[in-house]
This record gives sequence, C-alpha cells and structure tokens, in this order.
Amino acid sequence: MRRHLLSVDDLTTDDVAVLFATAAEMHDVQRRAVKKLPALRGRTVINLFFEDSTRTRSSFEIAGKWLSADTINITGKGSSASKGESLRDTVLTIAAMGVDALVVRHGASGAAQRISEWVDASVVNAGDGTHEHPTQALLDAYTLTRRLGDLADRHVVLVGDLTHSRVFRSNVRLLTRLGARVTVVAPPTLMPSGVEAWAKQDGFATSWDLDAALPHADAVMMLRVQRERMSGGFFPTAREYTVGYGLTRDRLALLGDEVPVLHPGPMNRGLEIAADAADAAQSMVLDQVSAGVAVRMSVLYHLLAGEEPA
Amino acid sequence: MSETTDRPLLVRGATLPDGTRGDLLLAERLVRATGSGVDAGAPGDAEVLDADGLVALPGLVDLHTHLREPGREDAETVATGSRAAAAGGYTAVLAMANTSPVTDTAEAAERVLDLGRAAGLVDVQPVGAVTHGLEGQQLAELGLMARSRAAVRVFSDDGRCVADARVMRRALEYVKAFGGVVAQHAQDPTLAGPDACCHEGETSGRLGLPGWPGVAEETIVARDVMLARHTGSRVHVCHVSTAGTVEVLRWAKAQGLPVTAEVTPHHLLLTTDELAGYDPTYKVNPPLRPAEDVAALRAALADGTIDAVATDHAPHARHDKEHAFTDAAFGMVGLETALAVVSTVMVAGAEGGPFGWDDVARVMSANPARIAGLAGQGRPLAVGEPANVVLVDPSARVRVDRDATYSLSRNNPWHGRELVGRVRATVLRGRVTHAV
Amino acid sequence: MAGVVGVPTELDEHGRAVMDARDVSRALTRIAHEILERNRGATDLVLLGLPTRGVPLARRIAQRIEAVEGAPVATGSLDVTLYRDDLRRQPTRGVHHTEVPPGGVDGKVVVLVDDVLFSGRTVRAALDALADLGRPAAVRLAVLVDRGHRELPIRADHVGKNLPSALAERVGCRLEETDGRDEVLIG
Repeated sequence: MRRHLLSVDDLTTDDVAVLFATAAEMHDVQRRAVKKLPALRGRTVINLFFEDSTRTRSSFEIAGKWLSADTINITGKGSSASKGESLRDTVLTIAAMGVDALVVRHGASGAAQRISEWVDASVVNAGDGTHEHPTQALLDAYTLTRRLGDLADRHVVLVGDLTHSRVFRSNVRLLTRLGARVTVVAPPTLMPSGVEAWAKQDGFATSWDLDAALPHADAVMMLRVQRERMSGGFFPTAREYTVGYGLTRDRLALLGDEVPVLHPGPMNRGLEIAADAADAAQSMVLDQVSAGVAVRMSVLYHLLAGEEPA
Repeated sequence: MSETTDRPLLVRGATLPDGTRGDLLLAERLVRATGSGVDAGAPGDAEVLDADGLVALPGLVDLHTHLREPGREDAETVATGSRAAAAGGYTAVLAMANTSPVTDTAEAAERVLDLGRAAGLVDVQPVGAVTHGLEGQQLAELGLMARSRAAVRVFSDDGRCVADARVMRRALEYVKAFGGVVAQHAQDPTLAGPDACCHEGETSGRLGLPGWPGVAEETIVARDVMLARHTGSRVHVCHVSTAGTVEVLRWAKAQGLPVTAEVTPHHLLLTTDELAGYDPTYKVNPPLRPAEDVAALRAALADGTIDAVATDHAPHARHDKEHAFTDAAFGMVGLETALAVVSTVMVAGAEGGPFGWDDVARVMSANPARIAGLAGQGRPLAVGEPANVVLVDPSARVRVDRDATYSLSRNNPWHGRELVGRVRATVLRGRVTHAV
Repeated sequence: MAGVVGVPTELDEHGRAVMDARDVSRALTRIAHEILERNRGATDLVLLGLPTRGVPLARRIAQRIEAVEGAPVATGSLDVTLYRDDLRRQPTRGVHHTEVPPGGVDGKVVVLVDDVLFSGRTVRAALDALADLGRPAAVRLAVLVDRGHRELPIRADHVGKNLPSALAERVGCRLEETDGRDEVLIG
C-alpha cells in the first residue's frame, strides 16, 4: 500500500483484498472482552476534523485506540482561510508536534491531497468536500462482501444526491473495481456534471428512474439528501423527492426481504429512507457502523504498523 | 513628463514585424529612422543594441493587469508589477480597479497613475470601477475619473460581473459622453455559486469540485452584445474563455456592433486537465476550460473575432494559495510569460502556428492600445512614432522558473514548462526598461 | 504485502532433509500421546496452532488425540502478527486468521502448536495474544522441531525433534496441507 489513503484509486484490488482480510480479523476482535491490540503502540494518530462528523471521528478514534495508538482529536470549524491562517500553516503546526498519521476531514475537495504534499506523516482522507471518502467505500464494500460474497457481477444501486456526495464518488470507483455492476440513480439536478461520459468510461449506469432500477438490485445504497438543497433549486419539496427517489415502504416490498439496504448515515428518516426500511431486517446500517471500526483499524494498521520510510 | 532624455539608441539588424530586416534609430522618445544603413548616420554617442536574430515589435500593451496596490502590497506593487511588465515586453498596462480601496474615484485613479509614473517603467493606465465599490449597484464617478489627470477611458468591475442589466445599460449609455468603454467580466453570479472554483464539466464532476458552466459567461456576453446594439456604446469582453462566447462575438462582429474581446495566454494553452492535482495555482477566473474551448479561442484569435491578448496578471501572496482548492484565491501571474505563450501557441506551434509577428504586434500592441484609447502606444515602428520597442528572440527555448521573476508573487502556472520565445529588451520612449 | 515464507528457495536447492513424511507422522503421534499423558486425558484441552504451519499441525495432533480418546478436541488458530516485537522492522505484514474454539480459553489447558521453535519471539507474542483472549489454566508449547538459539526464556513442553543447528543455517518445514508434502529441511 501507499503511504497515504487519499482516494480509492490509491488501492490496488490486491490491497483491497488484504485490507478486507485484516478487517475481518479486527472485526472478530470487537467481539472479545479485551479489544486492545498492541500493533500501533507508540504511534500517534491525529484526527484533524475541519468539519464536524461525530460518527466518522469516533470510528477512527476507536480504531486507533483499539490498536493502541495515541489518538488525539482536533476539530476546527470553518476553513482556515476564514481565520487568516493558511491551511499549510495550520497543518504544519500540528504535524510539528510529532505525528505518525493525520486523519483529515475537510469541507473542500482535494484538501487531504494538498495536506499530504506538506507533511511527512501518513494522511488518511476521512472525507474531502464532495470528492472522496475512501474508508466509507471500503466499509460499504466490506459489508456487502460479507453479506453477498464476491461482488463480481452483483448489481448495486446507489440512490440520492450524487452531485454533493463523496460517498457516491468513492463507492462507484471501488464497486466497479471489484467487478460489481453499478447503477446510480438521482434526479437530473442531482447528477454530477458530465456523469454520462464518466459512467461510460468507468463502466457504470445512470438512471433517473428508481423504480426501473430496483427490481434488478442485489443491494441498494441510499445516500443522504440534505434538506437545504431545496433552496438551491435541486428539487421542489421533500415530499416530491420521497415519491420519486425515497426508499419507501412500497419500494421496500418491491425489493423483497433478501436484498440488503445500506445507508452511510446520518439518515433523514422519511426523506430518502422510510423508517420501515431503516429498521428492516435487511437494513445493514448498524453492520456498516461496526464494519467501519474494523475497516479503519485495518487501514491504520497497514499504513502505520510496518517499517518507517527511511 | 519629467523623464530625462537618454542617449540615442541604435537597434541594429532587427527583423521587423513585416519580416524585413533593418535598423531602428531611437532618439528623444521617437523613432527617428528605420531601414537598412541607418547605423551609418547614427550619432556617435548612440547606444547600440545588437538585434541580430531578434524580432522588433512595438511595445506591448496589456489591457488587463492586477497590480494590487493599494491594499495588497505583499502580493504586488505598482513598482514590482511595472518591472515584471517591462520584463515581459510591455510598455503600457491597464491596472484593474479591484484594489483596496477600489479605484472608483478620480483621486484613486490619479494615485495609481502617479505610482506608475514614479516607477517609470511602463505607462500605468488606471481602469476605473463601473460601480461604487464594485458592488454592482450605484455607478462610480465615471465622469470625474474621465476628467481626472488619469483620463480614465476603460471602466470595469473586473473580478465581479456587472450582472444587473439595468446598471450595465446605464453605464454603457453614460460613458458615451467621453468615449469610454465598459470592460465586462462576464459571469452570471446566479449560475456560478459562491463556492464555484472551476469549469463545470466532467472533470469537476469526477473531482467533486463545485464549478460553473460556460453558459454563465455566454449569457452575459449575449446580453451585453444586445445592450451594445441598443445603446450604441462600446463593450469590451474581458478574458473570453468559451467556444460559445466566440460564437456570440462572431455574430456581433458580423453585425458591425461595437464589441471587442480579449483572451488570456493561459486560456490559449491550459485546460481542465490541470485540475487533477487540486493545485490552486490553476485556480483562475474565468476557469480553465476543456480542450474544445481552447481550440475555439485560438481560432478566434487567429481570425480576429478576438481582438487582443491580455494577461489578467493576478499575483497572490503564497499564503493565499496555500489552501484547499476551493478556499484558495483565484488568479495566476502572467506578465513575464505572455509573449512566450503567444509565441509558443500562435507562432511556433507544432507545425508552425497561424501567426506571423505582425499578427502578434496586432493582438498584443496595436489592438489593445486602440481599445484602451492610448494614443502613444501600440503604434507601428515608423519614423515619427513613439520609440516603444520590444526585442524578442523568437527561437529561444526557456524553461520557466517561478522564482526567476520580478513579481512579488509566485503563482505561476508555467513553472517548469518550456516556452519558445524570449524578451531580450524593452524600450519605453527611447529608454531601455529591460534588457538581458 | 508480505506473506509468510515457508521454505526459502535456497533451502529448496541445497537443503538436506532431516525429517521425511514418516518421521513427521511418528513425531506428531508421540506428541499427541505426550499431551494426553501430561494432561491425564483430553478434558479441557485446547490446541491452538500458530499460523501458518502450526495450524495444520494442531489439527493433526487433535485427530490423533481424538482417535485415542474417541471424543473431539477443541482446536483453533492464534495469529500473533499484531503482537510481534519486530512489526516496525519490516513492511507491514498481512494478518492471519485467529479462530478460538466456541468454549473459549478461560480455565482451559491451551497447547500452542508451531512448526519450528527458534528465537522464542513468536511464542512470546503468542503468550501476549493469548492473554488478551482470556485466562487459561495452563499454557503448554508443542513444536515439530526445536532448532535452539533461544533469545527469550522459553522452552517447549513437547518436541518432535531436537535439531542442533548453526545460527546462520536455515531450517524449513513443509506440510502436505500447505506445501504438498511433509518434510523438514536444513541448509
């Protein structure tokens, strides 16, 4: 593996297989009375979150702690630009304290990559703007793999605000790489610009019609839709969005009870996902959360446990 | 003007824009003699510039420069920007109004003019704001700026678009009284969101960068073209960046409308491909566009649909670029590399570009001077004309080094790239302002 | 990412076999009997193989014990990668599967099974890993080969073959399950 995990593209399929194998072992450790492993003793991991995210930050924090790394959270709302300090200065200041890894969440796309160019520490992208969220995609694919087995030729339907979703971008890259057939569904206003060319090149399908895509799904991943998007003119009302693109009770019935339903959270119950779907037996939401810790342990282990670069 | 009169200057053996070879004798601010054998009659005390193998062009005129003074003297000053301009072959630059405070009064304009004269390396001609504080609502004191010592003729809210059609209409009508021109930064703010930082297209979609589409420029240009027809006043379109805008301009020119346009060197060569690394050096407004647009812009410059090349030299302090892409400042430096880029793209080219050096003189000197109404600039290298000359080595290959600059800023998109063509000397009214 | 090296290629070419398949089989049978004798039966016995080759060895010993006792023996695997003291000295290693039998290890007699005992560092890591899994009543160590050169105060309770070796020599073990045949090489 490379020194940083900035994008799903940093991983070969072999890397993904190894990460998943390790994650499976880490997953078992979660069920033990003693969850601590000594592998990262003496390593320091800083969760540098410029944007609030309790769940991702906690997940990384637990992952680091269970591997015995010293884990420290630094949260700063808003861009450093608004404080008159350059991002580089902010990051160099933190890195100068002696850090082995920076887990970075930032509201701007490409922020993790920029930061990786300035520091010696490993950088893990914990979500950069609307670009990528590689550990989320890894945990989603890991969850799907445990449920469905090999993802080759499995049909995964992703639904929601694709334009503003880093989860979509990481997932579509990873799932297609693992051989899955992917259909992404959104109203035209929430489709990323130029997605047709992109889809053609990377081998996934796009659709404006959820009901046409669902009957052939082996798994459905619902993505969060922010209510604020209505004021941007992306869709008229929450009601209309739900009727067109929500995983409603009726659609859940259409799906059958074997098809796993995923959601990266936090869920907007009643908007993109009905309570019935969120709480259904086939809902993988909590499995995703527990897989998240295992996958992040695996990522931190593989980035940090081995010999330090000369 | 209080310039001291320098020794006469003999430029020996230059290739003139029309391709003929000859000498130039410059004295007392004017071209005194041209042609072959001029050196025989030159005064004994004349300083000699050996121009063997060099092309002589009239001094370049930049319609679009940001000198940052007053307000951001850490990024550029009128003096350092003038020095960079001279190094780039310029003898005049138009200094944009988006300084702090904004150049929206006669006093502010005169201050920029005076700073330029004090530096004394290029004619610094202030551009006045169209609206007070660039806020797009109330007209700035256009008439007072026109009547000031700075004699402002070009007005622009550059950096922002005069988006309100009513305001644009009134500005166009008003400047007719003193032969002014409104230079529009065409960008519909409702189609370019507050976070928009690049061209909206497949690349931005993949990278997850919020962008704005070409149509945000094209709709404003189309509207302004119709306003130019309605008012009979002059519109100048700043930094054209899309093929759609070119189509609108082509139509406007076919109608004989008083519309002119400029393109930047970077829009003639760089594309959205540069965005992949999220390097804010390539964050610029208007944004880098896809290769199809670049091809259309080159063609439009070649056929005259676009009148001029203007740098949009936009220096920024390092710490304003050391951010994530979305948070970093817009803009790139360009004064020192503009001629080399134009030469590389339009003259040299892979199989030889569409331009001769006379075309370069037209789009980088004569046309910009005409658009800006600068009488003493952009004139041919002929007897009796101002002695503004740039000497270019047309075959020199230069690898650009961002640290080898006279600008205070380093946001140079050409760093590490090889360009063909190098400015060897610049002469402003008979005085050498730059020589290597 | 690095896998676990079984038999180094130089051993393959120049190595000398010190145990063949029959030797290996006899040694495992003896170890099985020793364990039973020492434990006074198979009650509360848990065999944990250390990956890679300790795992099939543990299974074979368990089969032999089952054949004698007529009852199944709890068997599993214990990966020590995350507990190694040399993690930082080499590129990150992949992790092997740890399989604790359903009854756990609390109060059990755990026999750790490995192919070759050398420095003792792997066993040290295994003891740490085991402590995180629970509190066995006793921990014992069974190895197919003990080649000496301990760096820690660790010794095996059950040894298939003591194999005096020079520090620079390599000792490698092949097993049917992982390598297609049973043998122990030195070279």
